Amino acid sequence: MADLMEAPAPARRLGRLERPAILGVLVRETINFSSYWKSATFSSTVEPTIYLLAFGFGFGALVSKVNGYSYVQFVGTGTVATAVLFSAAFPAMFGTFVKYQFQRTYDAILAAPVDTEELVTAEALWVATRAGVYGCVPMLVAMVFGLDPAWGMLTVPLIAFLAGFGWACFGIMIAGYAKAIENFNYVVSAVLTPLFLVAGTFFPISGLPRWARVLAELNPLHHCVELVRHAAFGFHATDPLRVLALVLFAFVVWRVAIRAMTRKLIS
Amino acid sequence: MGQFPVRISWNRPAGSILPVPDLAISLRGVVKRYGSITAVDGLDLDVPTGTCVGLLGPNGAGKSTTMRLLTAQSIADEGEIDVLGFRLPGESKMARAQCGVVPQLDNLDTTLTVEQNLIVFSHLYRIGRDERRPAIERALEIANLVERRDSRVDKLSGGMRRRLLIARALVHQPRLLLMDEPTVGLDPQVRQELWALIDALRVQGTTILMSTHYIEEAQRLADTVLVMSHGKAVAGGPPAQLIADHAGQEAVEVYGLPDRLAEVEAAALRDGLRTRRTGTSIAVLGVERIDGNAPEGIRRATTLEDVFVLLTGEEID
Repeated sequence: MADLMEAPAPARRLGRLERPAILGVLVRETINFSSYWKSATFSSTVEPTIYLLAFGFGFGALVSKVNGYSYVQFVGTGTVATAVLFSAAFPAMFGTFVKYQFQRTYDAILAAPVDTEELVTAEALWVATRAGVYGCVPMLVAMVFGLDPAWGMLTVPLIAFLAGFGWACFGIMIAGYAKAIENFNYVVSAVLTPLFLVAGTFFPISGLPRWARVLAELNPLHHCVELVRHAAFGFHATDPLRVLALVLFAFVVWRVAIRAMTRKLIS
Repeated sequence: MGQFPVRISWNRPAGSILPVPDLAISLRGVVKRYGSITAVDGLDLDVPTGTCVGLLGPNGAGKSTTMRLLTAQSIADEGEIDVLGFRLPGESKMARAQCGVVPQLDNLDTTLTVEQNLIVFSHLYRIGRDERRPAIERALEIANLVERRDSRVDKLSGGMRRRLLIARALVHQPRLLLMDEPTVGLDPQVRQELWALIDALRVQGTTILMSTHYIEEAQRLADTVLVMSHGKAVAGGPPAQLIADHAGQEAVEVYGLPDRLAEVEAAALRDGLRTRRTGTSIAVLGVERIDGNAPEGIRRATTLEDVFVLLTGEEID
C-alpha cells in the first residue's frame, strides 16, 4: 500500500497550449485595450459603415434588387465580412510587428512561462473576439436602414469570430515573415484588396466569369460573406461546407503563423 | 542623494517548489552560432545558489546571447544548459516560471500604469488569485514605487522605469534573477540607486546572474566575475582574486610623450611586468614586485579595469 501513497514525481515540463499562459497574454491585451479602445473601435466600425452607406445609397439608387434582396440588405450583410477583415487582419499585422520590433513586448512575454505557440494563439483569440463584436456593427447599421432582424443573425458573432481568428492568424503570419513594416503594402495591395473586392460583398459572384467564380470559392472572405447573408435570409444546405472552409483556413494559417513567429522570436 | 530605502521580505511558501540545486545555472561547452559568427564559443559557467555572478565583457563578447540562451529565447547549437535543475531547451518553461528577467532594452507597456504592468506580469507568472495583490504590493515596495503606482510608464523617469523592470521581474518571487546590463545608459546617481537595490537583493540571498560592461558595477555587486571575450570565458573568480592574479597589487601610471611611454613599456616587459595603455598614459602593473626599480609616476591600487583590459585586449575589434 505504501508505494500507492507516494506523491507523484513533479512534472519536468509544462504542457503545450496551457490555459494560464493564454489567459496571461489575454489579460495583457484587455488591460492595454482600456488605453486605446476608442481609436480601435472607431476605425473598425466607421470604415465599414462608410462603405455600407456609400455603396448602399450610391449603388442602391441604380440597383433596386440583387439576388432578390434590396441593395442595402445585400451590402449590409456583405460588409460584415469587410468589418471582420479590417478589425482582424490589419491590427494583427501591425500590432504584431510593433509589439515584436518596436515595443519588444514579446521578448518580455517569452521570458515568462509562455511559449510562442501560446502567444500566437492568445493574440489571435483576442483579435478574433474583437472581430466577432465589431463585425456585427454594419449589420446593426443596416437594420436602421431596413434590414429585417432574423434569429439566424444570432450566429453572426460566431461566424465573425471564426473568420476573425483566421484573418488574425493571417496577419500574424505576414508580420512573422515581413522584414520591414513597409512590406505590408505588398500584402495589402496584392492580396487583401483583391480578396476584399471579389468576395461578393458589393456585387454577386454569380455575375463573374467562370474562372473568377472558382477563385472566389477559394476566398475565405467570400465564405464569410455568404454565411452572414444566409444567417440573415435563411441558411442553405451547403453552408456547413462553408463553415468547414473557414475552419480549414483558420487552422492552416494558425499553424503557419506559429511557425513564422517561432522563427522570428526564437533565434 | 538619500539612502535608498529597501525593505524586502523574502519568505517563500513552503512545500511549493522543488529542492534547490547547488548550482542555479550550469553551462557546459555551450556554443551558439549565427551564420558565420560564433557568438558563444564553448562557454562554461556556474552560478552557485545564493550568489551574485557578474558576466563582464566588452560589447559583442556574447553576454546578451548567453542571457537569451538561459530563457531559451536562443537555442544553443552545442553544449548543455541547466537552469534551476531543468535541462534547456526542453524543460525551459519550468525554469522560466521560477526566473525573473530584467532585459537590457526597456519593454514595459508604456501606456499602462506602474501597477497595471505588475498586474499583467502577476498573471503571466501564474500567481494565484489570492496571492496577486500582496505580490504586487511587495514588488512596488521593493522598487520604491508605491507612490507612483498610478503613474503611466511614459511619465516615469529613466531610473523609475528601470526600477519597475526589476519589480516586474521580482513579482513572483523568483529563485533566480537574470539581469542583462541593468544600469546601461543611466546617470551615475540613478545607477547608484539601482546598485543599492540589487545589493539588497543579493544580501537577502537572491541568486543573481548579471551581465555588464561596467567594471565598477561588477566589482561592487558580484561575488564572482566571469570575464568574457569573443564568446569565451577568459578568467573567473572573486574580483579581488582576479585583480591579484592578473594585475598584482599596485600600478604606476606614467604620463608622457609616445616615445617615453614606449620606453617605459619596454622596460616593464624586460622586468617581466604587464602593462596597459590607457590612452593618455601607460600603467605598469604589479610594480610591488620591483620596488626601487619602478618607473616614476603616480602609484595607485590595481583595479578590475586593469584585469579587464589585460584579458579582453586594448582595442575593441
